[in-house]
Amino acid sequence: MSDTGVSIQPADVAVVPPPGLGETGGRGRSRRVAAGRNLLIRSLIPVILALIAGGVLLAILGRNPFTFYANIWQFGIQQGSWEDSAMRAAPLLLIGVGLTIVFRANIWNLGYDGQFLIGAALICGIAPHLTSVPNVVSLVVLFLVAMAAGAAWTIIPAFLKARYETNEIITTLMMSFIGVGVANLLVKGPFQDPTVNIPQTRVIPLDHMLPSIPGTRIHVGVLVALAAAFIAAFVLKRTAFGLRLHVLGANPRAAAHVGLNVRRLIVMAFLVSGALVGAAAAADILGVWGYMRANWNPGYGDTVIPFVFLARLNPLALIPYIAFFAVLSNGGDLAASNANLPTDFLLVLVALILLFMTVIEYFGRRHDLGGSYLTPGLRKALHVPLLRRRTAAEEPSR
Amino acid sequence: MKLAPASDQTPAVELLDITKAFPGVLANDHISLVLRRGEVHCLLGENGAGKSTLMAILSGMQQPDSGRIRVDGQEKEIDSPRAALDLGIGTVYQHSTLIGPLTVIENLLLGDSRGLKLDFAGARRRLKEFAGMLGVEIEPDVPAQELALGRQQQVEIIKALWRGSRVLILDEPTSMLTPQAVAELHKVLERLKTSGLAIVFISHKLHEAVALGDRITVLRQGRVTGSIERERIRLSSPDELESQIVALMFGEGGEVAAAAAEVPELQMGIEGKAHRGTDTGDVALGLHRAYAPGDGSQPGIEDVSLELRLGEVLGVAGVDGNGQRALAEAISGQRPITHGEIRYLGAPVGSLSVAQRQKLGLRYVTDDRLGEGIVSALPVSVNLFLKRIGRAPYWRHGHMRSEAIDRDAEALVNRFDIRTPGVEARAGTLSGGNVQKLLLARELSFDAKVVVFHKPTYGLDLKTTRTVRSMIGELRREGAALLISTDLDELIEVCDRIAVLSRGRIVGVVDNGPGAAEQIGRMMIGDVTLGIKEAPEPEVQRA
Amino acid sequence: MSILHFAAASNIFSKAVLTSLVAGGLLAGVPLMFTALGETISERSGVLNLGLEGMMLLGAYVGFVVAYYVHSQTLGFVAGMAGGTLGGVIMVVLCVWLGLDQIVVGIAITLAGGGITSVLQGAQFGTSYPRLAAPATVSIPGLDKIPVLGPSLFNQPVLVYIGFALAGLLAWIYRKTNIGLNLRAAGEKPEALDAAGVSVVATRSWAALSTSALAGLGGAYLSIVSAGVFTPFMTQGQGYMAIVIAMLARGKPLWVVFGSFLFGISLSIATALQLAGVNISTDIVNTLPFVAIIVALLIFARRSYLPPALCLPYMRGAK
Ligand SMILES: Nc1ncnc2c1ncn2[C@@H]1O[C@H](COP(=O)(O)OP(=O)(O)OP(=O)(O)O)[C@@H](O)[C@H]1O
Ligand SMILES: [Mg+2]
Repeated sequence: MSDTGVSIQPADVAVVPPPGLGETGGRGRSRRVAAGRNLLIRSLIPVILALIAGGVLLAILGRNPFTFYANIWQFGIQQGSWEDSAMRAAPLLLIGVGLTIVFRANIWNLGYDGQFLIGAALICGIAPHLTSVPNVVSLVVLFLVAMAAGAAWTIIPAFLKARYETNEIITTLMMSFIGVGVANLLVKGPFQDPTVNIPQTRVIPLDHMLPSIPGTRIHVGVLVALAAAFIAAFVLKRTAFGLRLHVLGANPRAAAHVGLNVRRLIVMAFLVSGALVGAAAAADILGVWGYMRANWNPGYGDTVIPFVFLARLNPLALIPYIAFFAVLSNGGDLAASNANLPTDFLLVLVALILLFMTVIEYFGRRHDLGGSYLTPGLRKALHVPLLRRRTAAEEPSR
Repeated sequence: MKLAPASDQTPAVELLDITKAFPGVLANDHISLVLRRGEVHCLLGENGAGKSTLMAILSGMQQPDSGRIRVDGQEKEIDSPRAALDLGIGTVYQHSTLIGPLTVIENLLLGDSRGLKLDFAGARRRLKEFAGMLGVEIEPDVPAQELALGRQQQVEIIKALWRGSRVLILDEPTSMLTPQAVAELHKVLERLKTSGLAIVFISHKLHEAVALGDRITVLRQGRVTGSIERERIRLSSPDELESQIVALMFGEGGEVAAAAAEVPELQMGIEGKAHRGTDTGDVALGLHRAYAPGDGSQPGIEDVSLELRLGEVLGVAGVDGNGQRALAEAISGQRPITHGEIRYLGAPVGSLSVAQRQKLGLRYVTDDRLGEGIVSALPVSVNLFLKRIGRAPYWRHGHMRSEAIDRDAEALVNRFDIRTPGVEARAGTLSGGNVQKLLLARELSFDAKVVVFHKPTYGLDLKTTRTVRSMIGELRREGAALLISTDLDELIEVCDRIAVLSRGRIVGVVDNGPGAAEQIGRMMIGDVTLGIKEAPEPEVQRA
Repeated sequence: MSILHFAAASNIFSKAVLTSLVAGGLLAGVPLMFTALGETISERSGVLNLGLEGMMLLGAYVGFVVAYYVHSQTLGFVAGMAGGTLGGVIMVVLCVWLGLDQIVVGIAITLAGGGITSVLQGAQFGTSYPRLAAPATVSIPGLDKIPVLGPSLFNQPVLVYIGFALAGLLAWIYRKTNIGLNLRAAGEKPEALDAAGVSVVATRSWAALSTSALAGLGGAYLSIVSAGVFTPFMTQGQGYMAIVIAMLARGKPLWVVFGSFLFGISLSIATALQLAGVNISTDIVNTLPFVAIIVALLIFARRSYLPPALCLPYMRGAK
């Protein structure tokens, strides 16, 4: 924007402005190319750095990092395992889209685990009773049930926030704990399969699961997830609802002042995100698992959040990240067990990506503003002469 | 030289060749400024001229890109507010730094770290001393947010003096004060001056600067365009001085006359406009025995009845914090009324939402420009159409049409003379005056009929103030305006009739005309003695 | 059958049951107490710490390993604090110094803490889970003679008493000291604190570090005392619970103590009921406190007061 020196830092790092809104200037081809390159750098570097740091960690643990990553490639992509990765991506993407929508409104729905498991449990409980109705009907009904369940699980936090401004971080977390408990109770109680000893639900017959895309093993849930991402991208970028959400997120008092129905918006954002998390449960159970065990909690939400932010709350940008992570986690399961490590090692990788991402994001922001990559305090502490900022006084034109 | 003792001749502070740039703006361009003991130095300039930035540099809030600072003749680096405080530079910032829920004494103790335990008893004693010195009376254990603004201002000054100041910076301290509070502040400053303090006083009100300043420096677009020395101030008449200052503030040559003609304060004597006699107009907006709750300890409105006729500008005078916000928000629909009725063009609107009232042409220009007026993260263009989200022609089938928005936004930017690098610039980067113009553009376009203005000109420079006031007056032609203001001069200049609001009640309505000011003043002073938290006549306690 | 009859029949109020309820409540409540007390510090100063869960796990693992190899529980607790602080350092650098998003970084720390301790535990012990000996306890003379509850309540590891003292100390600090005032100002209006010449960054940094140290200590207590063993992800959401407790207690230390033990008792109630011969699913028991709070929120609809600057990074002079 300017070529004068800068000594301020962004105050609004917290909410990354979505592309298209809040950007200044930037016309012209070279600008756009530069912006694209920037985006690529900022998206890839954290991932690469995280993989390197993870490799170092592996080496410290006495594992061969190259074998580990080669294994991920092998078991995540090669010989048809990419199809498993794609299926793993479906619930992740749906949750990611759901979270993108509420986060846009600056609402922190952290109750995704409860919403997911309630949806999953209901599907597992109801599906075995729907074997007599046509497949299409039962699948649609089950998706709707899961979505309604996920949405319903956000109603109380939504109501409390809309009506009394109760902080949703507390309420969604609490509802999540309750949801996990209730899902377990359902699985161990009314939905338990009486014919087996371990607490789990009955298994949904294979021909009542989601059909595959012809020519592949991939179930159509993946398409549902992709469609959700595209629709959400359109809604957020081009519709009045998307802009209203953004206004609410950026300045809730202004939202009330300009006459938006803030309460309804809060409730809507919650319901939509809950429904999408519920849909994720439907895609995962009806596409892959077919039943549910007690205490099962894949914890998708926590691992998705990093990518939601990496994608800057943009549903389309989320797709490649989720694809990457799906490969990583699908291949990583086997790679980890080959390396005799718990699969939890992947969490470390995700956390590293997240940490590097925030750092790169920070540097990028400073760079955008034309400033140095370091804060004045750090610069002084480090005495790095090369990073000395240009000042207006040094500009020849002044 | 370096070790020379600070004599009376050595300036308290010298700012030398200070330069500071922000993205896209050179806020300070090689500015030099000298502050002397026992003098009030007035810093003037239009919105965005760089006054606050220069003072932020002196108080350690910003770091200059280049330039030096000398304190008592010795070069110092002020790299944090702490460093400034340690040098005895105390600041009352443009935006309050009192923490509302904390008590006065806690606010004063903040950062006064002697030992681990808070020394409440000692602080109370010091507060008493300071209050005596300033001739004011301040309750120590009241949460700061419950004090009247004038009182808060005094607490801020004491806070700035708390650590033994040698320099006191006051950045627009009077923009929200009543005439009485301003007069009190002037007395306080006179006293401080005689105790040897160097004072910087920033204001947009020229008569204040002329009355108070020993030296005046004018900034324009980051540069010093001129200064007026002590002798000149003493020798010139106020009128001469003011037209000189206006010339320095807004440019040279041909513009001068025009600018001077535009400055209301140059037609000083407050006469009061003749009552325009529009009793015959239809009632545009009527409140009938309306009640609405206040925020926290602030009063709401109680039993308010008002009639605003078409073709009229009705003023609402009163000390800030007497229910003004509740009144404005009750009319705009942001705050529900608990009793009574609001009628707009004959129909009751009490149950309509904010959006529905807007659609009918009832608009509200808020005083909280940054807090609720704009969404600073969004571009100017979107901010201009925030109240039209989802409506044609900018939205078709729920689908945003950016071209239409950008095109019309540019037209509005031109018409209302909003200074911005472009319609796609983030609204948060605009200067205060331009944010206000943006809000006016949004509220006055698209068939505005009746507009509520809430403190529409505070903090704005002369020119912008002039523009805003004439826009308010123009509403007479096709609609009506309700002007809620704490600035009596403004009300007298613009309104046809003026109501006085006190503790949430309307205590009287006055036809504007000769003598109106005194009448309103009496009503307002009346409410002072009725127990608003204003000081009793200050007693001079110092020997 | 009347309630009384039922109670008598199932021994629900027997000595053993009450003892296990109270002692169990203490055992489960102390980790929560330390962690939630910690959270009050940083929350007050405007830093929301969603990384508590990870910090607890780091503290639990590091504390356990040290206690196991060095055979000193005290050193284990110290090491646990150091482990938690490790997470805190990341939080401070990224959120307080660089102003990055607290929620994102918090979640990253939770993920990393869980992942890395699980990996390390696997690398260290494989699938065996060695146990520690029961901790030494100190009894309060006199009080421990109180019938029924005395021995279980007033015969505790020293750390428990320290924890109570800490709550009192924090309450005093918050109300009466410069530190407390600075913390409050940093959360209410950081620019005002800065203008008063106190570094917001330093204030928030120390606050966040103390928080993480206390979370580490809570985790260490969990592995060394409450469980006597480290298992991956053993905190099971207690870090989040601590956040909930701190927010509901409105940052007041004494309420935090009360809340922690309420939650602790609910966590141990299942065992107690089993002793009484009543079999209630742990799922029900574990969700009940949350249900109770949600119901209370719905009925009383109390606004939770949070510092206005919570989660907002502070950068001097930024606009
Ligand atoms: N932190 C900041 N970041 C970016 N730009 C800034 C910042 N602070 C000030 N500016 C810009 O620098 C210029 C000078 O601003 P400054 O606040 O000093 O003006 P001012 O003379 O105090 O105006 P006013 O009378 O409206 O208070 C303006 O254009 C403003 O937008
Ligand atoms: Mg200013």
